[in-house]
Parts: sequence; structure tokens; C-alpha cells
Amino acid sequence: MPNARKIAGRGGLYTLLGMFVFFSAFPFYWMVIATFKTDHDLFTPLNNPFLFNEPATLDHLKLLFFDTHYLTYLWNTLAVGLVVVVITLIVAVPAAYALARWARGWGEMLGIGIFLTYLVPPTILFIPLARFTAFLGLQESLWSLILVYPTFTIPFCTWLLMGFFKTIPKDIEEQAMIDGLSRFGAMWKVVLPLSISGVLTVVVFAFTLSMHEFIYALTFISVSVKKTVSIGVPEELVRGDVFQWGPLMAGALVASLPVAIVYTFFLDRFVAGFTMGAVK
Amino acid sequence: MSRPTVSDPAVDGAHAGIRDREGALAKLMIAPAILYIVAMIGVPFVLSILYSLSDATTGDPSIRIVGLRNFAAALKDPVFRLSLWNTVLFTLVSQCFVVLLSRLLATALLKQFRGKWIVRFLIMLPWTAPISLGTIGWLWMFDSIFSPIDWVLRYVGLLGAPGALLGAGTNLYYLGIPGLAISSVILVDIWRILPLATVIQLAGLSSIPRDLLEAAEVDGATPWRRTLMITIPLTLPITSIAFLFGVVFTFTDLVVVYVLTRGGPVNTTQVLSTWTFFRGIEGGNLAEGAAISLFMFPLLAAVAFLILRAARRTEVV
Repeated sequence: MPNARKIAGRGGLYTLLGMFVFFSAFPFYWMVIATFKTDHDLFTPLNNPFLFNEPATLDHLKLLFFDTHYLTYLWNTLAVGLVVVVITLIVAVPAAYALARWARGWGEMLGIGIFLTYLVPPTILFIPLARFTAFLGLQESLWSLILVYPTFTIPFCTWLLMGFFKTIPKDIEEQAMIDGLSRFGAMWKVVLPLSISGVLTVVVFAFTLSMHEFIYALTFISVSVKKTVSIGVPEELVRGDVFQWGPLMAGALVASLPVAIVYTFFLDRFVAGFTMGAVK
Repeated sequence: MSRPTVSDPAVDGAHAGIRDREGALAKLMIAPAILYIVAMIGVPFVLSILYSLSDATTGDPSIRIVGLRNFAAALKDPVFRLSLWNTVLFTLVSQCFVVLLSRLLATALLKQFRGKWIVRFLIMLPWTAPISLGTIGWLWMFDSIFSPIDWVLRYVGLLGAPGALLGAGTNLYYLGIPGLAISSVILVDIWRILPLATVIQLAGLSSIPRDLLEAAEVDGATPWRRTLMITIPLTLPITSIAFLFGVVFTFTDLVVVYVLTRGGPVNTTQVLSTWTFFRGIEGGNLAEGAAISLFMFPLLAAVAFLILRAARRTEVV
């Protein structure tokens, strides 16, 4: 009897998980199908849309990579993301370290204050920031994005790193300082190597957050060759009213998968930041 | 500025001298972050308030204060009122679903089973992939002619035949009919936030001390009772954190509506963020755009306050 019940429980579990996986992943399965289907197969309403009724094709991928600006979008995204990562690290690492180490009451408050600025949404800031970048002559330039993206990476990453630095016992660096290292030396040679996983997390988040960003890129950039993937694909691969679904889905899929794989590995740490490190 | 005493007496003397220099160093290290945040978040926020009180346009962006005229105009505009209502409706409905579904999903993911990493990867996709690209997938699924949902409905005979339950037409036009368009947007909102809420809930569930549940079981508490008396009260703060972040992200999101419907058909799915964009940037009326966006602020401030309170309570646990 208990065995039958266990099997029923397993069955229930897999059914439930199956339904959730279907709900979450179906749009991406749908992209895979459209990426490799011939146009004729895609646009015949009577064909079973879930299967390949005609042999698969690489035409959409070829069109995407050779006849559109897709590679340029990928390159722009990569360039912006990497520069934003560097800026974020330069600003957030020292700030987080100082807040975690020297600050008592006011530091905690300041840390929370910095985190709260993460909740001020781009949808409130984009109008003044659009004027701001125009004033600096940066409209239609990737530099406008590089200047503005740290508005969401710095607050969140500072907060995240603060949590990481707090988990490293003070004794370790104090011992290093007794052994003759300066405060800076201790930070650089002892603390930073220990918090490498925290720094890596920040690298991943600063990059993915930049890659996901939509509203600033939509507002600041209208020249096709300056667009990033997240606006280039939905805005530019649609020619007039004609949706080129094959290349469009291919473009969405190719850009989504690598970043999703990396992000999944770091998701737990990201969430630890949201829950204010309250749950260990 | 009390500092816990260091046990080694040799260090104590040295510390007194270093402390001042360290204070200066600390300020120096924090300064760039603060300066950047003030310049790029603080100043623009104030600027946004100034714009909302002015008559600035893209053509003439100089700020001349005209009072609360833009807010009054916005409140009189039926499209704005609809946007405000939609924003609240989409957020509340989607996030109620998200809280329930994420709890269910988190409970399932807590169990051991084979292939967990791939299940996790697939379930997290809506949050880990760029949102605009995921939404494009939905746009193709809601296509007015080639929607696979319509195909299935036709296949099982619910659509496209005379006398069929959902009508004799071949398609439902998900994004072309107000009620369906609203449901579609809410569905994608749920889809988008579910992974984030699930991971937060998972963190909460796995933080419950196992011996507490075991002790209750030994004492003869039924699974229901254990859930009701232990799991739910202990995870309430973290569940509310999941809910509140879901509210913030959905309330301020522009992408889902922008990519799926652009606010259509005839503004029936317009939300505050898209309406801000269409009036402020595409329409060139910076002042009105800023005023519309600022209507988001009271709710965000309230949510921030509640998040802090919930976070403090989790720490007590």
C-alpha cells in the first residue's frame, strides 16, 4: 500500500513539473521550431505547427547572420555589457567593501539606501535621462547606454557584494595586516581572492541586466546599426508590417540561450540579494 | 563609533592611529558610488518632478514652471485613467497567480528527482532570457492566423466549425480583441515573474528547520496541520518579499505591453509605462510624460517600505 502511494506521489510530482516546464519553456520550443522550418511549412495554416511537415532548413539562420544587422546587435550588446561590467566593478567593489567593513549603524543605513535606489524604475528616469544624454551629445551612441546602465547595476551589485564581504571573517585580514600587509594589500591579496565567487556573480549580473535592458535602448537609440539585441530583434527584424517569423525567432533564440544558461547557475545568489541576505 | 576590541594587545595601539586614516579611506571608497547614484538617479528624479510641473517639450526642453496643470490634464484624460487602472489590474491579478503558483512549484522543486538541473533551467528561462526576446516568442504564439493555440482548438473542434463552442471563425485574434488582449498580457506577466518568485520561495522553504517539522510529525501533526501551523507562518515574510518584488517589476514594466500590443487595441491594454513612453517620447510632450510616470511613485514608495519591514521580520526568524 505505501508503495502504491509513493508511486502515485511520484506520478503527481512529474505531472505537476511537466505542466510547469511546458508553460515556462513552450515559447522557446516554439522559437526552435520556427527557426528551422521552411517558410512554406510555417505559413500553411493546415500544417501541424508542432512538427516538421517539410525537411528542416538553415535558411532563416543564414538570412539572420548574413542579411541583417544581427551580428552588429550582438557585438553592440557585448561591448556595452563588458564596459558596464568594468565600471560596475570599479565603483561597487570598493564601496561594498568599505560599507561592510568600517560602517556600523550609518553604513547599514547607507547600504539599504543604495539598494532602495534600485527600486526607482527606468520608467520614471528615462525621460530626464534622455534629455541628459542629448545634452551631452550622446544620442544615437552606445556611450549613452554605458553611461546610464550603471544606474541599475551599481545599486544592486554594491548591495550584493556587501553581503559577500560580510561573510569573510575580519580576523583573516587583520592577521594579514599584522603580518605586514597594508589595509589595501590585505584587501587586494587576501579578501578579494576569497570573494572571487561574489565578484563573479556581480560580473554575470551586470552583464545580464545590461543585456536584458529595453527601455533606455529604445529611447536613446534609433539608428539600426547602433541597436542592442534586446531592441534590435523586436524592432528591426520586422520589415514594415511583414513579420519575418523565421529569422525573428532564430534571433531571439540565439541570443537568449547562452545568457540563460550562465544566469541559471547564479540565480540563487541573485535571489539572496533580493531577500536581503536574510535567508542563509 | 565603538569598535569591538581586538584580543591581541599588540594591535590595539596601532589601531588608534590607523582609525582616522581608515575613516578617510572608507569615505573615499564609498564616494564614487554615492556620487554616481546622486548624479544619475537623484538628479534625474528631481528633474522628472520639475518637468512634470513645467511645459517642456522635445522641441523646447527649457523648464518653465506652470504648476500642477499636467497632473490635472492627465487625470482628465480617459486614456490615462484606463492606463492607471490597467497597471493596477495587471499587477494585482498576475501577482496573485504568481504567489500561488510559485509556492506550488517551489514545493515540487524541493523534492529530489532525476534531471533536476534541466527542469530548473527550463523553468527559469522566462526570467533568465532577455524579456523582450521571450515576449517575441509569445507574439508569434498569439499570431492572428498561425497561432498554435488556435490550431489546437480547431483540431479538437472547439473552434472554426459551424456551431463550435468558441465560434465558427478560424481564429480568436488574441491581441486584437480587448478582453483577450488583456488576458494575454496578464498571462505573459505571470510567465515572466513566476521563476523569480519560485526561487525566492524555495529559499524560504528550505530555510525552515527540518527538526521542527520532524518534531511536529512525531507529535502527530498531520501534513495539513504542519503546513498551516509551521510552514506558512514561517515563510510568510519571504512570501511577501516575493510578492512585493513581483509587484515592483510588473507595475513598472514596459516591455510586455510594448512588444505584444503597443497598448492596443485602441488603448485597452495601455499601462502607465507605455503611456509615458508614447506621450513623453514619441509624442514629444516631456512635461506630460514625466507627470504620468510620477503616478507610479506613491505605490513604489509604499512597496519599498513594506519590503524593508518584511526583510526585518525574516531576520528575526
